[in-house]
Amino acid sequence: MRQAKVFQLSVTLLAAAFLIVPAIMSVMAGVTANYFRGIRSGLTLKWIGQVFELYADSILLSLYLALGCLIATLIIGVPAAYGLARNPGRTSRVLEEFVSLPLAVPGLALALALLQLYGTMKGFRTSPAFILVGHVLYTLPFMIRSVLAVLAATDLKTLEEGAATLGAGPWQRFRDIVVPNAMPGILAGALTVVTLSVGEFNLTWMLHTPYLKTLPVGLADSYASMRLEVASAYTLIFFVMIVPLLMAMQWASDRARRIAQ
Amino acid sequence: MTLTLKNAAKTFADGTAALKPTSLAVQTGEIVSLLGPSGCGKTTLLRIIAGLEAPDPGGQVLFDADDVTDLPVERRQVGMVFQSYALFPNMSVRANIGYGLKMQKLPRAEIEARVDEVLEMCRLSDYADRAITALSGGQRQRVALARAVAPRPRILLLDEPLSALDAALRDSLRDELARLLRRFEITAIFVTHDQTEALAIADRVAVMRDGRIEQIGRPEELYRRPASAFVATFVGHALALDGDVTGSVLALPGGNLPLPGAAPHLSAYVRPEDIRITPDGPLEARVESAVFLGTHYRVTLAGVTRHPLVAIHAAPEAPKTGSIVRLDIAPGAVLMVPAEGPAA
Amino acid sequence: MTDRLFVTLCLVPLAIFSLAFLALPLGRLFMGAVEGEAGWGVYLQILTTPRYLSTLVQTVIISVLVTVAALAVSTTAGLFLTRNRFAGRGLLISILTLPLAFPGVVVGFMIILLGGRQGLINQIVPGHVVFAYSSLGLFLGYLYFSIPRVLLTVMAAAEKLDPALEEAARTLGAGPARVLRDVILPGIAPSLVASGAIAFATAMGAFGTAFTLATNIDVLPMVIYTEFTLQANIAMASALSVILGLVTWVLLVLARSYAGTTVAAGG
Ligand SMILES: Nc1ncnc2c1ncn2[C@@H]1O[C@H](COP(=O)(O)OP(=O)(O)O)[C@@H](O)[C@H]1O
Ligand SMILES: [Mg+2]
Repeated sequence: MRQAKVFQLSVTLLAAAFLIVPAIMSVMAGVTANYFRGIRSGLTLKWIGQVFELYADSILLSLYLALGCLIATLIIGVPAAYGLARNPGRTSRVLEEFVSLPLAVPGLALALALLQLYGTMKGFRTSPAFILVGHVLYTLPFMIRSVLAVLAATDLKTLEEGAATLGAGPWQRFRDIVVPNAMPGILAGALTVVTLSVGEFNLTWMLHTPYLKTLPVGLADSYASMRLEVASAYTLIFFVMIVPLLMAMQWASDRARRIAQ
Repeated sequence: MTLTLKNAAKTFADGTAALKPTSLAVQTGEIVSLLGPSGCGKTTLLRIIAGLEAPDPGGQVLFDADDVTDLPVERRQVGMVFQSYALFPNMSVRANIGYGLKMQKLPRAEIEARVDEVLEMCRLSDYADRAITALSGGQRQRVALARAVAPRPRILLLDEPLSALDAALRDSLRDELARLLRRFEITAIFVTHDQTEALAIADRVAVMRDGRIEQIGRPEELYRRPASAFVATFVGHALALDGDVTGSVLALPGGNLPLPGAAPHLSAYVRPEDIRITPDGPLEARVESAVFLGTHYRVTLAGVTRHPLVAIHAAPEAPKTGSIVRLDIAPGAVLMVPAEGPAA
Repeated sequence: MTDRLFVTLCLVPLAIFSLAFLALPLGRLFMGAVEGEAGWGVYLQILTTPRYLSTLVQTVIISVLVTVAALAVSTTAGLFLTRNRFAGRGLLISILTLPLAFPGVVVGFMIILLGGRQGLINQIVPGHVVFAYSSLGLFLGYLYFSIPRVLLTVMAAAEKLDPALEEAARTLGAGPARVLRDVILPGIAPSLVASGAIAFATAMGAFGTAFTLATNIDVLPMVIYTEFTLQANIAMASALSVILGLVTWVLLVLARSYAGTTVAAGG
């Protein structure tokens, strides 16, 4: 009994160390003057400054893309989730399954598919819209599922009938009843979409052009060609952006899940 | 507003004939109750009036002289109280009640004033800014009613509005609802499966069975002159007196009972409160049990008919269990309805 | 506007988007695979060319190993964390779920920091110990990626287990080991299957980690990438993608129908 507990605790601690130690090292390396000489060489913001000089465009592009992706998934995903919730039939199941394909199919395969069909459309291929399409494709199922889960747990039919007897037409019911009651799901979906978009690499790497690098593409670039301190500083900046997003996303998803039960 | 229903029927996609062709006329300001057991089509009929279901082709719904059959629900100006209330959880009490007025695009100030007025009438003023989730069942019921009447609908439709409440609350809210409906002076249709509610609230009661209206009339009329065995048993728990009719006499195992008139092809029913235990009655019965219920004894009597009869016996003493007593039923109290199989 | 029309309109943006950017491109991918010189024979080529075949085998082997390791580690840690309350527990859970948001590239960098030339291990262990760019590095990278995902699923399932079941087993005389074997593991088995399938599918398709580690073993996504960009062998890249996509999709559908959960493969 005792022994078993000690063993379990050791495994847990080892796993935690495995995950956190390199992350801490990366944070440290990002603010250390000379990583090879260690912390004795002093702390500095030089590397972070360099990252902003080199990669400010990438970071900005990622933020714009995340925003665009959020808007697109809201416009497409929220009405779609409502449409699916209102038609709980076989067709809806098949459609939902189909648009969820990007959850299962690796980004690399999706990117190849997009490239083969649209790669020759030069204006589109070289515009940020091309990357945006990839991001929307990948994040849309998260938005739809998150909203759908909350809507499915709401007695949407009766609430809408109630609003209809009070004179509300379809659009007014969508605005006044559906969207507000789906809000926990929309919030959770939105945070998930932004978190995933900011961190997306697999699709983006294939879809990007040399002039359009996103934050993770820049990361890969810095890992391959920059000194360790710069790569670490860049990773540190990424952590600062993504960790709060992740925590907000987990909080919102837990809340939405409780409501959807 | 008067409501006229012509041959309204509803067959659902799965083939369920929920409502057979039904016609109904409701006068301005009249409160009509649809009474019947669960599954008899009450909600379906109500939803056809509201516009939440379309009647089968050939059916018609008229509000005054307007044919609203093809008018979508949001343009019909009906007020509806749903069985589950369907209150909007994302809105406060005030916003719920004001929603219909907002849809009419009334000026803000007028909405506020009218909401306040309805809040006052429904004794909800203290709860105006609460969330729906912070209300008790009885309060929710009143919010649902207030929300439905605030836009001054042409007709008010209530689907078992009291059924979600516990018994004690139901009794007190029933009386309040009856009072409020009269005060609103609104044409209203009130669905219930509880005969007490129907009798207490409605001007007229339509008893429904298997998708049709079996009888419609004033509560007293239904009670005293049921048109069928079903109505007699469903409204007021009448019991069958099955025996052989010869001329105007009903021969029962417990004795012969004189009937109000010659009654071929009719069946006789009697209500528990119309059976009198009296030494010189024409019928003989054995007391199976006598249960004290405060205001009266509920006495179960065997031997008069094939099934035991139940009598309400308002006397200081109960007859002894096992003893033989004599019964009388006033000829006017015997309900004569067309013969049919035992009511469902 | 009628209600039906409105509800249908709500699905129109989704329909257009999925048609233009999912259905048609996937169709193109399928066609692209068989439009090369070999035609449908491209799929046969995969099985008959040693390089592709060994890639497939290696990818499956490493994915199986990662799945087993992630299940073992995360089940042990997940059960421990759900069944014990102690100071620092919340912190441990946060640490163990933090990498959920790390893309594969960042995970690759984490492994470089551990096992690269300037890595921690090389600094503290005498001699030259560099494993980041070997199959061990790749394995650790995939493991890093999978631990948080499996852990969350296991913990969610373990929390839903009725404690009365375990208590009942104890009153019937079962010791802790038996309770684990007879009550707890069967209770969370559907979640284990589901998260195992997810870990496997993710490992099969992981690109970012392998890319960052510029690993010296061939795994499927890297081969697809090089076929496409360096060899310009579009048909082969497409055919391999089709196979990869089908395998991961089928696995995840099976996992979901078995356990009813959805966790993003992601990354
Ligand atoms: N949408 C529907 N589809 C199929 N059958 C239905 C539907 N709604 C009601 N029914 C059936 O129609 C009958 C009447 O239902 P309803 O009007 O709800 O009865 P009541 O309100 O009197 O209990 C029932 O048999 C019910 O099962
Ligand atoms: Mg009903």
